[in-house]
Amino acid sequence: MGVILANCLREKAGLYKIVTMPAAIPETAGELKARIKDMRVDIIRMISAAGSGHPGGSLSVIDILAVLYSQFLRHDPKRPDWPDRDRVVLSKGHGCPALYTVMAYTGYFPKEQLMTLRQLGSPLQGHPDRLRLPGIEASTGSLGQGLSMAVGMALAGKMDKKDYRTYAVLGDGELQEGQCWEAIMCAPKFKLDHLTVIVDRNNGQIDGHVHEVMDIEPLKDKFESFRWEAQVIDGHDLGQIAAALDKARKTQGKPQAIIADTIKGKGVSFMEDNINWHGAAPKKEQADKAAAEIQGP
Amino acid sequence: MTASAKGSSSRRAPVPERGSAQATREAFGEALLELAPEHPEIVVLDADLSKSTMTQGFAKKYPSRHFEMGIAEQNMIGVGSGLALCGKIPFVTSFACFLAGRLETIRVCAAYNRTNLKMVGTHAGVGIGEDGASQMGLEDIGAMRCLPHVAVLQPCDGEETRQAVKWMVRHIGPVYLRLTRQKMPSFHGPDYRFEFGKCDVLWEPQRQPKHYQATIFASGGAVPNAVAAARDLLPRGFSVRVVNACTLKPFDDEAVARAASNSERIVTVEDHNIVGGLGSAVCEAAAQKGLAVPIVRIGVREFGESATPEQLYARHGLASPNIEEACLRNLS
Repeated sequence: MGVILANCLREKAGLYKIVTMPAAIPETAGELKARIKDMRVDIIRMISAAGSGHPGGSLSVIDILAVLYSQFLRHDPKRPDWPDRDRVVLSKGHGCPALYTVMAYTGYFPKEQLMTLRQLGSPLQGHPDRLRLPGIEASTGSLGQGLSMAVGMALAGKMDKKDYRTYAVLGDGELQEGQCWEAIMCAPKFKLDHLTVIVDRNNGQIDGHVHEVMDIEPLKDKFESFRWEAQVIDGHDLGQIAAALDKARKTQGKPQAIIADTIKGKGVSFMEDNINWHGAAPKKEQADKAAAEIQGP
Repeated sequence: MTASAKGSSSRRAPVPERGSAQATREAFGEALLELAPEHPEIVVLDADLSKSTMTQGFAKKYPSRHFEMGIAEQNMIGVGSGLALCGKIPFVTSFACFLAGRLETIRVCAAYNRTNLKMVGTHAGVGIGEDGASQMGLEDIGAMRCLPHVAVLQPCDGEETRQAVKWMVRHIGPVYLRLTRQKMPSFHGPDYRFEFGKCDVLWEPQRQPKHYQATIFASGGAVPNAVAAARDLLPRGFSVRVVNACTLKPFDDEAVARAASNSERIVTVEDHNIVGGLGSAVCEAAAQKGLAVPIVRIGVREFGESATPEQLYARHGLASPNIEEACLRNLS
């Protein structure tokens, strides 16, 4: 469903005007795929320019965020405080280069600003800061806390009988934090069926592979035993991402988890599934090589 | 209290009547019920301690605005913050020690995000008595005080609590409110006006001297013994004044300067670890202002244990004879 149509259908008379997405993110799958290549290059470039950052987890989550923002999110980049907007909490805050890129492409701020990442005075902090960058719903970076805040946002929406949706994007390593499971336990109690968790299951964390550091599996079974609706998808297949988000939107009575299998560093051969690229910035030559590889022949 | 103290009088505070004693946690519960109708944004979150934090009345009267979060404080703090980010005024309540134990969650969700979260920690200090060390909040003020944007309040009686809660609802930003389990005599009448960021002179001799032997800064559960000490010292020929510090952050540095200008010494008393709380705040103010005044700090120096509150106040040096001693000479 096109985003304009989706917004028309959701429009409540008098509450808000139809929100048209900026033209920067196209709606056809082919165009979006091409645009995500540009986003991947921007991620590499901005982290390279900053001299530090987290390319691995940014490249693993970019497809998810691009589909979410371009095809599903009800938002208005010109009015980031619009009360009826959908909420996105990037709980894996270190993946923010991907979020910043998608936000720039959807019109929250000029793309040139991406290159100020991690510089003194920049709204693009090393981890997202809601008070510095309008459009960031919650300041994150301490893993394990974002889902609780997203639960609170969803709960407020339910109390106020609003129809906005809340999305929390988590890392898989992050699920080792106990607070995540406190939040996962409580969302079904309040029947938060307008809450969707997306787990970027890239199987990587600083000290190694997630299943070696501290196994979180079987993840789908865990969500289901906590009374969530859970789906497992290929987190780099744009069609599967869209189908899963669509199914989540239609599911009633339960919160939904989308476990997206991804590859850390996806799109850059020397970064893929290489844990050394969790939090290392590519040098200029490496960035050039990565960009050339992403764009292809 | 000695018989002679009975005869002494003060300008500000009447001798507390026995019947008016009330735990500050009880006054908090009443204040919530009082404020709820005109503030529909108020919601309350509990972590299986609503019977103790006195939010049960609110929960019964406003079930759709009360969320029982189970024994999971960090999630409660996070969910409260999310509610605040969507315009609610959430009160999250638990024992002071269990809230302070989730400091890093408070740091990010409440302080760094600067959410309008109202954190209420009850069962402050050794004053809780028999439940013992693991249930006593003794480090919470120090922990909360170093978080940017977080205001820290500790009222000393029911009236001050009701007014402080009212202020919290009006104020936009994270606040930590520290409350007692034990009953507190009433020092403030209905004519009292709580002023955020200001200390108030709670007790002073009717005939005010040019110079005081000491000014005692006291907060929360330590206040009654401080007043008793000042009263007892008067017939012994020592004029001592008691200043009540409800706002612990930001601290009223001017009140310390005023005390230093006309007192031989400053004594601080608190039912909290001696590091990081009221005593630290007073010393910081004195250092900041370059005040050359002796300061004697009274506080808890270790973990508590099981006993009656009175026994524990004596055991940890917070009883009125200890405070009197500190007004007269340096403690070893």
